[in-house]
Amino acid sequence: MKPAPFAYARVRSVDEAVALLGETAEAKVLAGGQSLIATLNMRLSAPPLLVDINGIDGLEGIAHSDGTVTIGALTRHVEAERSGTIAAHAPLIARAMPHIAHPAIRNRGTIGGSIALADPAAELPACLLALGGDIDIAGPDGTRTVKADDFFRGLFETALGPCDILTGIRIPAASKNTRIGFAELARRHGDYAIVGLAAAAQGDGKGLKNVRLAYFGVGSTPLRQPKAESALSSELNGKSIDAAIAALDLDPPDDVQATGAVKKYLAGVLLRRVIKQLMEPLQ
Amino acid sequence: MKIVDDNPSALTALDRPNSYIGRAVPRPNLRRLTQGRGQYVSDISLPRMAHVAFVRSPHAHARIASIRTERAKKAPGVAAVVTGADLAKIMTPWVGVLTHLKGLKSAPQFPIAVERACWAGEAVCAVVARSRAEAEDACELIEIDYEPLPAVTNAETAADPATPVIHKELGDNICFERTLDAGHVDDALASSDAVVETTFVFGRHTGACNEPRSIVADWNEGEQRLTVYQGTQAPHMMQNLYAKHLGLAEQQVRVLTKDVGGSFGIKVHSYADEMAAVAISKLLRRPVKFVADRIESFVTDIHARDHRIKAKIGVKKDGTITAFEIDDLTGVGPYSVYPRTSGIEANQVVSLVGGPYTTPNYRAKARVVFTNKNVMSQYRAVGHPIAAAVTEGLVELAAAKIGMDPLEIRRRNLYADDAYPATSASGLRFEKLSHHESLAHLDAMMNYAALRSEQKRLREQGIYRGVGFASFIEVTNPSAAFYGVGGARISSQDGATIKLDAQGNIGVHTGVSEQGQGAEAVIAQIAASSFGVPIEKVRVVMGDTDNTPYGGGTWASRATGIGGEAAWQAGKALRANVLALAGAMLQARPDALDIVNGAVVDKGTGNERLSLAELARVAYFRPDTLPPGIQAELVATRHYVPRAWPFAFTNGVQASYLEVDIETGFVKLLKHWCVEDCGTVINPQLVNEQVRGGIVQGIGAALFEQCLYDERGQLLNGNMADYLVPMAAEMPDIEVGHVVSPTSDSELGAKGAGEAGTAGAPACVMNALNDALRPLGATPLTDMPFTPDKILRALGKV
Repeated sequence: MKPAPFAYARVRSVDEAVALLGETAEAKVLAGGQSLIATLNMRLSAPPLLVDINGIDGLEGIAHSDGTVTIGALTRHVEAERSGTIAAHAPLIARAMPHIAHPAIRNRGTIGGSIALADPAAELPACLLALGGDIDIAGPDGTRTVKADDFFRGLFETALGPCDILTGIRIPAASKNTRIGFAELARRHGDYAIVGLAAAAQGDGKGLKNVRLAYFGVGSTPLRQPKAESALSSELNGKSIDAAIAALDLDPPDDVQATGAVKKYLAGVLLRRVIKQLMEPLQ
Repeated sequence: MKIVDDNPSALTALDRPNSYIGRAVPRPNLRRLTQGRGQYVSDISLPRMAHVAFVRSPHAHARIASIRTERAKKAPGVAAVVTGADLAKIMTPWVGVLTHLKGLKSAPQFPIAVERACWAGEAVCAVVARSRAEAEDACELIEIDYEPLPAVTNAETAADPATPVIHKELGDNICFERTLDAGHVDDALASSDAVVETTFVFGRHTGACNEPRSIVADWNEGEQRLTVYQGTQAPHMMQNLYAKHLGLAEQQVRVLTKDVGGSFGIKVHSYADEMAAVAISKLLRRPVKFVADRIESFVTDIHARDHRIKAKIGVKKDGTITAFEIDDLTGVGPYSVYPRTSGIEANQVVSLVGGPYTTPNYRAKARVVFTNKNVMSQYRAVGHPIAAAVTEGLVELAAAKIGMDPLEIRRRNLYADDAYPATSASGLRFEKLSHHESLAHLDAMMNYAALRSEQKRLREQGIYRGVGFASFIEVTNPSAAFYGVGGARISSQDGATIKLDAQGNIGVHTGVSEQGQGAEAVIAQIAASSFGVPIEKVRVVMGDTDNTPYGGGTWASRATGIGGEAAWQAGKALRANVLALAGAMLQARPDALDIVNGAVVDKGTGNERLSLAELARVAYFRPDTLPPGIQAELVATRHYVPRAWPFAFTNGVQASYLEVDIETGFVKLLKHWCVEDCGTVINPQLVNEQVRGGIVQGIGAALFEQCLYDERGQLLNGNMADYLVPMAAEMPDIEVGHVVSPTSDSELGAKGAGEAGTAGAPACVMNALNDALRPLGATPLTDMPFTPDKILRALGKV
């Protein structure tokens, strides 16, 4: 398992990266390499050039200001996992983090890389979608911001163009009314989940409002569930929960771990479990 | 009361002064490995060494119409491109049959496919290049025209007349069949109060060794000698195969096995790609290396299990088991694996079902068919997990049907501890087993009664826990009855040579090999105890056909019981030689002396008379001072093979305690217990870790592992993300207890322990699962691995 030959360039700036990506068709960005290197070694992809962005200053770090948490693209999972800022202001990310692969992978893998790859079974894209975050992108025409709802477009397909670099993500910081829920079912700890659910909402008396549900592992992208969300946003009781489950609009394909029918059924089980979490105010 | 018995008491019969028998001494190879100075095949690099990569068939069955190699030959770094036709000129094909498995047939297999590829993953062409990367680059330039042929992928229909025959010359797709009919099964079933009938399915799985198969082959044209560095379990067997198929004398072949990163039976077979690497070295007259990558491992390392067994048990109201009946079907790939064949697992299943029980009525039928999937052969605990799951699954289903406690039904049917020697319905001969004592020990160790009341209490809260058991027997210390009588040149005997050096240290050269399980430590302990030196003074040499006595290697739980006994006897022989010399030097009777802690002592008082260092100094440098006629003989060799019993059967019982999330179908393993009887325990820590590791692999079979194929014969999950090897986070605590019934076939009395865990674990996890779900009226689960999908279906949730 050796990769096909490729050229390698280590860049010092985002502009340099964007320029290089523009010069070589099919070039790939190398960040933490936790997915890319495996696909290269298995010769599932053979890009002519790897643009290593690890040397770019200023693309990493976690900050909180003005009600927004900003996470630089090169921030490693482990930094988010151990960050007090994330724990306090982005608790959904904090809750998801231990479920993501294994420590060795979290040490190296980047937050930006996970979002940019957009593996439909990955936790972070779903969290970002549930939180209604924004993705900051630098490209040949300058910088732009894309909402998470518009970012994930198809299987491993995002709003990123071939010459774009994802520079960071922004998510609304948690407030005292923020509710979050996260659950996934994986046969072994650290595996991609058979099905997972990241959720965010606002507490509203005994109920919830602005419920956002993002399933992962059940389609070609993380999937919002508008009908179930609205079923839960009006009132919250056994009937509305049953209605939300009935309203789940999922048609997962079979894979090697579970059939689509089971995934769909488990999505309902997870929703019940996540709603319990959503009903708990944050500590 | 709770008995936790991870440290069995040491034995007395072998309790020589400063004996290491029964003690957990650190393994001598620990420092080497933890310092990163182990030598695996990947670490070997020879001058002029080239790397081999293979182009493998993407089709399960296809005719190879043409292979165009021109572009690859011109690629950077490429030394040669080699096809099956090239190698067929210098290496003869092989056929994996054994004459004692009557009727077993297979087709000639070549190192690289010639004319036809018979499974997806079979090597079709090889590239030899300066680096593995360059070899892989060039592989992409080879153009092969395949004409796909119909693939046989369903064992159920493989023998049907309408199914294409994979090897025309064989006439059909049947590899092997065995039937057995003991007692009066029909009468027994007819007179039973209850009959339970079900079908068990065992998923195909594989060993997933940390270190993949790897080989460096070095044909030296000047010496006319082949040196092969290989991570194998059986160096002498491989020496024979390379010599035989290259037309060499065995002394022209040296096989060296250094550190091996796990084998589990995967590395005890011949593999076409390894045979090809050896032939390529001879063809090119230069050293070549082949290291299987993970994908290659999944599509070429032998697979195992993949049995479908229709099974029946009859039982009386008083718990008496009246009969067992099974019908086994397994599909083994397109070739019977050489030289141990692919018939042994089914053969073992037939022999072992019902084995712990006195039931005399037993009928079995097994059919082994060829398919166009990767080959199957012996993997850890060959046949045992299947036989145990069928037997123990039936026993617990029968117990549930008549409303009897699962331990009670066993107590009423297991061979009594004083019933030996005994012969099972299938003809297995048992020297001495301890089913009842083991069961009693387990009962106490797990506090069974308390678990049952906890289970009952939790069920009222909607928490579903289950307890399941598996009594089992295990084949260890195989005599020539296993392979030798079938014509295979696989040694059942083993030898040890012990040499005293000039400083009073000993070197032990043994035919058994180390793959991470601790054979090196066990041999050192035995030799140190037998001869009489501190273990620090022992150096073990293994894995070198030039420098060890002829032996079988390490498989079928034989290294300690057979290789250990040879080392024990060699230690005694050398002690006798040394004491004869010491007697002459000290003017004492040799039988009044002993060797203790590295010195010759008076046997009665223990007082030191002469250090071994001084004795060796005189023997080697001042023999002129010895009395006339005294010649020191400070090397001794002894061999051992079991003769009184074809196999040293061991026994044991396991229990699993688990909880099922009935909403998700997920299983949480809470605890696992095993009481086993491997006779004399040499190193309790190593035995316990063998048992634990084996249990984990058994749990893998029950809950996680399966090589999934589609109907076209494509492996769907050949990677470590999708093929679920059991991981630490999901494993329960495993407590291990011991009962000790030594075999009298050897002085040491040690039987094997390497496979007991794997043998019983799938059965008891299955039984625990069904115990948990029984109050919910779930259909009993008998189709391994028990995925959430299957559990939810059994519960009617989907």
